[in-house]
Amino acid sequence: MSLIGKDAPGKEVLLMGNEAIARGALEAGISVAAAYPGNPSSEIVGSLAEVAHEMGIYVEWSVNEKVALEVAAAAAVSGLDALVAMKQNGLNVASDFLLNLNLTGICGGLVLVVCDDPSGISSTNEQDSRIFAKLADLPLLEPSTFGEAKDIVRYAFEISRKIHNVCMVRSVTRISHARGNVVLGQLPAAKPTPHFDTSRPLSSLPASASHPVTHARLKQAGELFKDSPFNWYRGPVTPELFIIASGAGPLFAMETISLLNLQSRVGLLKIGTTWPLPEELILSHLSQAQQVLFLEEVDPVLENNVKEIFADHNHSLPRITFFGKKTGTVPDTGELSPALVLSVLSELMGVPVPKADETYSRAAKDTLERYAPFRSLAFCAGCPHRASFWAIKKALALDGRNGVLFGDIGCYGLGFLPTGFRQPKTLHAMGSGIGMAGGFGMLSRFGATQPSLTVCGDSTFFHAAIPALINACHHRSDVLMIILDNNATAMTGFQPHPGSSFDAMGSEAPPLAIEDICSSLGIKTLVRDPFRLEEAALTIHELLQEQGPKVLILRQECALVHGKKGHRRPKMTIDPAKCIGEECGCNRLCTRVLRCPGLNWDGLTAKARIDEAICVGCGVCADLCPSGAIKKEAS
Amino acid sequence: MKRDPFNVVVSGVGGQGNVLASLIIGAVLVDSGYKVTIGETYGASQRGGSVMSHVRISRTEQYGPLIPPGAADLVVALEPTEAARVLAQLGNPETVAVVNTRPVYPVDVIAGDVSYPEVNELFEKIRSLSRRSYFLNATEKALELGNPILANIILIGAVAGAGLLPISEEGLCKAIVDYLSRDKVDINKRAFLAGMEMVGNQGAVSFPQR
Repeated sequence: MSLIGKDAPGKEVLLMGNEAIARGALEAGISVAAAYPGNPSSEIVGSLAEVAHEMGIYVEWSVNEKVALEVAAAAAVSGLDALVAMKQNGLNVASDFLLNLNLTGICGGLVLVVCDDPSGISSTNEQDSRIFAKLADLPLLEPSTFGEAKDIVRYAFEISRKIHNVCMVRSVTRISHARGNVVLGQLPAAKPTPHFDTSRPLSSLPASASHPVTHARLKQAGELFKDSPFNWYRGPVTPELFIIASGAGPLFAMETISLLNLQSRVGLLKIGTTWPLPEELILSHLSQAQQVLFLEEVDPVLENNVKEIFADHNHSLPRITFFGKKTGTVPDTGELSPALVLSVLSELMGVPVPKADETYSRAAKDTLERYAPFRSLAFCAGCPHRASFWAIKKALALDGRNGVLFGDIGCYGLGFLPTGFRQPKTLHAMGSGIGMAGGFGMLSRFGATQPSLTVCGDSTFFHAAIPALINACHHRSDVLMIILDNNATAMTGFQPHPGSSFDAMGSEAPPLAIEDICSSLGIKTLVRDPFRLEEAALTIHELLQEQGPKVLILRQECALVHGKKGHRRPKMTIDPAKCIGEECGCNRLCTRVLRCPGLNWDGLTAKARIDEAICVGCGVCADLCPSGAIKKEAS
Repeated sequence: MKRDPFNVVVSGVGGQGNVLASLIIGAVLVDSGYKVTIGETYGASQRGGSVMSHVRISRTEQYGPLIPPGAADLVVALEPTEAARVLAQLGNPETVAVVNTRPVYPVDVIAGDVSYPEVNELFEKIRSLSRRSYFLNATEKALELGNPILANIILIGAVAGAGLLPISEEGLCKAIVDYLSRDKVDINKRAFLAGMEMVGNQGAVSFPQR
């Protein structure tokens, strides 16, 4: 249970950055929160959902990020405060609405939190969402600690209410998915009653009139940012090097300054109000500067914007050498780390990094090479996706026309790797699998002979796949859409979606059946169990021989969700008399090919062995074993 | 905890309860008045990959979420090759290690692409990279208690028993109530005490409380 609802002002608790953001929204007095899950942002609305009833707020997992922003905006144009959260890719989805909402404005407070994922730790890209603030003429804040994550969100609501427009907050993985001390503040007592003033329609038309208003609102935010407590300077008045940093940068910078004993030579200007920048504050420091280093993730956003200020005031400023991504001093991709900041500062300041013990370093190197085998990512033990990709592989081999499987976003994206038998051949954005597969299915008129198929998760289906499926249907594309329905948004923490029988707050909700939606389009739709490997493979093969669009739902619950429900795991056993090891002639289907973490190969006995700590008893290996050596306990 | 910050790494394989272990350690220490920062890796790395949490404990400062190279003071590993990996990346001659001896084989090992190191050599390697190391089969004990996931709390018990972190039975139970749920207290308490017993209360380090 999340502590974010605790009514204990002054108490210091351990919160995840995302929970701190959620607490900030509660302290600001939100009524509504909406999001589509995506790491590193999921726990913001996830934790708000846990406390929704006791806090008297409405929280939903929306069908996608654009709808989440629209739901939040509806509250904000009715005088309520609302929070919307998303990962960086999600902001692309929401951006069409955002770049119109920014022109009409709102009357309550609306804070859009976007969590970027530098290095793409749990993402397909590492885009820097701060650019959107400039694009949309919206104010942008960046927290650098957990306590600040809470306070900056509360502050963002104040800004939003004052300027009558959206305020953006950008977090990063190392804030959102880290934990730290947070001092709880006061929770508000009452919430306003929503009212839409019908005498004042909200429209951006004409843009020539609304755009200047948006600019004026941004300017007003800039005025308010002048007194922001989230910008501060620590260090000597005239240091040899100024570091200008935001996001995770300041924490790494402070520790490195002290590790290298540079307190008297290097100063840190920490920026929390990234757009518009606090120009006077920056100028006051630039006027004392000779060298400036930028520490930020991912793009040179601060770097470019500070240089713009420098260019505007060039006549009254000293000569300054700037170091950052443009000079190659800091890499222009990937996240920051203590090691990286250490090496950058040590180089710039001519101070050596403290040397590690040489004997230890040699032993460490040997250890990494020989005693720490690499762990490839793999589907979990009992994951239905492993079985589904097995069936797809088998069907494509049987078909023999070199069919192309278009991939999509979710756990099954790992299908690229050996545990998905490297079946998907593309990976782009939510719903792009069916979009591209539908397009590929139109190419037979040019002589294409390869069958077109795609995989799509259940949550992805609702998020972005339906319009593309409709497109394929209307244009009679020869395409097979395989929906891997595991009844959860598994990759991000098992959040419900419109196919679930409950909502974010745990209330009952009408589940929408994927097969009903597909059938209603007039598409042939079948449902199979991927754990029945042979049947699933033959069905895929049959459908590949038919023209037009087809849907096959491979339905089996996510093994982790299944486990969480406390189901007893059926016991798997191996009959040592029947397992004939390498002699079998199957090329060790069970282990060399299937690669399930729950089924090991015992080098001593040269036979397969169940790992009872990991095996969940799905029985797929028992189906595969040609010798019938693996047995699943009867349920 | 003589050093400030005192840097702990909890490492293991995705799905072993790594994140919860670091959360419980952090929760107990924040409740005792420490500043704690935990850096974690989520998402794709959860599926069979190596995972680690950096837990940084200080009396005064809120440190960054990542431990600088070579600065780990304590490594708590849910899997032995993950102990070796973390010691090699972040350890130093003074690092102490508490290690679950039960291997989790990478799928690459299962498939026969690479081999798992010989375990006695592996343990020797871990010893050579630490000032002191404690080895216990926490997974076996957890299976006895009814759920392999409890290995994480057993290791916390061992850490407490060895006197490596100021975590008491009461502190653990309170953290379980605050951050997990009341009905999970009993089983986790048993796991914690089992870990303490396994390590045999070998440590006698004292901790100045704030």
